[in-house]
Amino acid sequence: MRIEARTEISQPMIYMAPVLAIALTMLAGMVLFWVMGHDPLVSLYTFFVAPVNNLDGIAELMIKATPLVIIGIGLSFGFRANVWNIGAEGQLTIGAIAGGVLALVFYEVDSLFLLPGMIIVAALGGMAWAAIPAFLKTRYNANEILTSLMLTYVALLILSMLIHGPLKDPDGMNFPESRMLHDAALLPILIEDTRLHAGVFLALAAVATAWVILGRHIIGFQIKVIGMAPRAASFAGFDQRKIIWLSFMFAGAASGIAGISEIAGPLGQIVPTISPGYGFTAIIVAFVGRLHPVGILMAGLLMALSYLGGENAQIEMNMPNAVTGVFQGMLLFFLLACDVLIKFRLRFK
Amino acid sequence: MDSFVAMYLRLNASGWGNEGVQSLLSLRGIRKEFPGCLANDDVDLDVLPGQIHALLGENGAGKSTLVKMIYGILRPDGGEMLWNGTPVTIDTPSTARALGIGMVFQHFSLFEALTVAENISLGIPKELAGPGLNDRIVEISKFYGLPLDPTREVHSLSVGERQRIEIVRCLLQNPKLLIMDEPTSVLTPQEANKLFETLERLASEGVSILYISHRLEEIRKLCHKATILRLGRVVSDCDPSLETARSLAEMMMGGDLNLAERRQGTAAGPVLFEVSRLSCQPEDPFGVPLKDISFALREGEILGVAGLAGNGQKELMGMLSGETLSDSPGMITMGDVAVGSLGPRRRRALGLGFVPEERLGHGAVPDMMLWENGFLSAMQGQNLMSKGFIKVAKTVGFTRAVVNRFNVKTAGVEHNASSLSGGNLQKFIVGREIEQNPSVLIVLQPTWGVDAGSATAIHQELMDMAANGAAVLVISQDLDELFAVSDRIAVMCEGSLSRATPVSDTTVEQIGLLMGGLQDPERIAAGLAI
Repeated sequence: MRIEARTEISQPMIYMAPVLAIALTMLAGMVLFWVMGHDPLVSLYTFFVAPVNNLDGIAELMIKATPLVIIGIGLSFGFRANVWNIGAEGQLTIGAIAGGVLALVFYEVDSLFLLPGMIIVAALGGMAWAAIPAFLKTRYNANEILTSLMLTYVALLILSMLIHGPLKDPDGMNFPESRMLHDAALLPILIEDTRLHAGVFLALAAVATAWVILGRHIIGFQIKVIGMAPRAASFAGFDQRKIIWLSFMFAGAASGIAGISEIAGPLGQIVPTISPGYGFTAIIVAFVGRLHPVGILMAGLLMALSYLGGENAQIEMNMPNAVTGVFQGMLLFFLLACDVLIKFRLRFK
Repeated sequence: MDSFVAMYLRLNASGWGNEGVQSLLSLRGIRKEFPGCLANDDVDLDVLPGQIHALLGENGAGKSTLVKMIYGILRPDGGEMLWNGTPVTIDTPSTARALGIGMVFQHFSLFEALTVAENISLGIPKELAGPGLNDRIVEISKFYGLPLDPTREVHSLSVGERQRIEIVRCLLQNPKLLIMDEPTSVLTPQEANKLFETLERLASEGVSILYISHRLEEIRKLCHKATILRLGRVVSDCDPSLETARSLAEMMMGGDLNLAERRQGTAAGPVLFEVSRLSCQPEDPFGVPLKDISFALREGEILGVAGLAGNGQKELMGMLSGETLSDSPGMITMGDVAVGSLGPRRRRALGLGFVPEERLGHGAVPDMMLWENGFLSAMQGQNLMSKGFIKVAKTVGFTRAVVNRFNVKTAGVEHNASSLSGGNLQKFIVGREIEQNPSVLIVLQPTWGVDAGSATAIHQELMDMAANGAAVLVISQDLDELFAVSDRIAVMCEGSLSRATPVSDTTVEQIGLLMGGLQDPERIAAGLAI
């Protein structure tokens, strides 16, 4: 068996690939449920429909999608320019700590400026953390995949150190958690009796901003040219280092904002685990969304559904927690497989 | 000993043929459509055994599409192909090779760090690549006058020698049909003549050759038959030796050819662009180091730089455009400004325009729309941005102006650059710079792969620019082109540049010898004023 490059690549198929991948994931999921002794159709309903057949479920879907979309958008700039920032999880963590600390410093201070201040500080925190791999890459040509990924674990340990030490709630009976944030430091709730918070607007703003930057702005243009044809970028005189820096800064800011929207949103305090891997899942979101802002919005909702479906499957069908990861992994696997088969074909001899 | 060559000759003996015999390859009503463009329509073609058959046409006439279908890279939408009279479907290059079709591309696919034999063994079936390959390479290359040492590493070879690797690779597979795409565009006149001998020898042994070239004189000398395509259709089959280069060009264009008018030596003005003692060690391990290059470019003149590809032209271009910065700023000056350490954007702002050699991926982004590619180099000069936002309407207007002025065949400026044929994209890239009216224009291979009519138009535009006071540097391998447009001409060889001589004081032959690295002091003293 050999793999051969296709001579003509079908353009519609490139956009069909995510749809195909979703269909294949569902199919494979049904087989998986069936092998494990569950009714495949009922399982599929439990996983993909039951979580969102009420208002509360839809609100939860949007809560989960918010950080995924924000980070996915931030990462998509770099991925388009061949800058492989894998460390969004760490940037999210540092951003969340920075914003959260600001809220704790101004504990009980009732100011309209506190929340915007927290968002800005969180963005700066994420950017500062992203600046390390950006500097190592531009100055020493260090592989950003390794540096950004390794820094994620450093960030998580910093969080652990702080939450077991200075940030621990003095009245918290020694639990490793911060104080609950006061109301002025929390994102407003949009629909009563749900947890849906104003962070969704941040996600929508990120989508709109990215759309404009990529479609009409010189920064987006430079990012696209560098990604598609690096030599054409140097012909035009674009500075590749500047774009590496910008890519990391976009991703760092987005991840930091996503982090604070968790702290000031559903969590309401700094806890030892701020994100269930949003920073990593957002990588899948960015690629399933074909690095396009609207695609990322859709993909973020889909991935959010996989989290909810996984939780529901745990509750209703006694499935292990790993089922969420299995579905996300299958989706990425099928997407990559579809991409390969669109560009190449198999020949049997 | 049953030598390989003897075996080869026997195998080919069955292919001998004269007029009236079975065609080796026949195309009947071939049609191929791309979105927005009918590339081939109802094309009939008959290639007889032992004939050198020219395929002629302007850029975008559908020549490349047609040979790609014959070689199995593209699939026709309609019509049929007959091989020795039997209908065949050629869906991959390996099918084509199994039938006996070989192709020598314009761009070679060779690994620089591997030897000749290693490169050859990578591109042929396993059965042929076994032991004894080196001997067969030597045998076949000697027999056909293509001297080649199988143990040399490719990076140490000239472009002409690299081409021989590709040809020998095809010949090892006993082709009955050899397709050659612009083979002489990379050769000196002397090397080209040697290639013609090889091709004639092959033809005399019954191998058919399908030959694509824009050089009409060589087609008149070499080819037995010519098929002329215009807008994807066959407009004529003729015997090129009975035609003139002009009549061939007019058949391709479907109109009259206006030759570019040679300017009479205008008095050169002040120096606009100067390079002094420029040296550089390239980062690429297989790049060519530049050695002490100096020249001055004056207002109103065209300086031609001749030289075979791979003698440092790309490296020089990188330094002149600012994509590579020089060690000291003063090595390159524009007017009074030392620009050696300024990047391309700063140099453009000072009035420099430049056209790199590679069209796809360097001069243009293949997967971006044509107007976005217009924006790529014109964003500052044409003021196509406001506060960082792209002025789309203005950019589209600028791009349309380029397309119209330079007669670029495209379905529209919102199509991707990759949808244009090579020559059309070249017209666009050159036109994009000329339209901006730079005071200094540097072009590498301005008419590479461009048809006669369009090449003339580009030459005329370059000369008009000079007449209007611009300084133009043309770096090219095409001596006819350099002699047509230049006021002075210099030769680049192994990273050094000779002193420029007025065109009237030298000849194509002398420059050709210098390009080949001839440095015999006696000969130079006797005949060459360099």
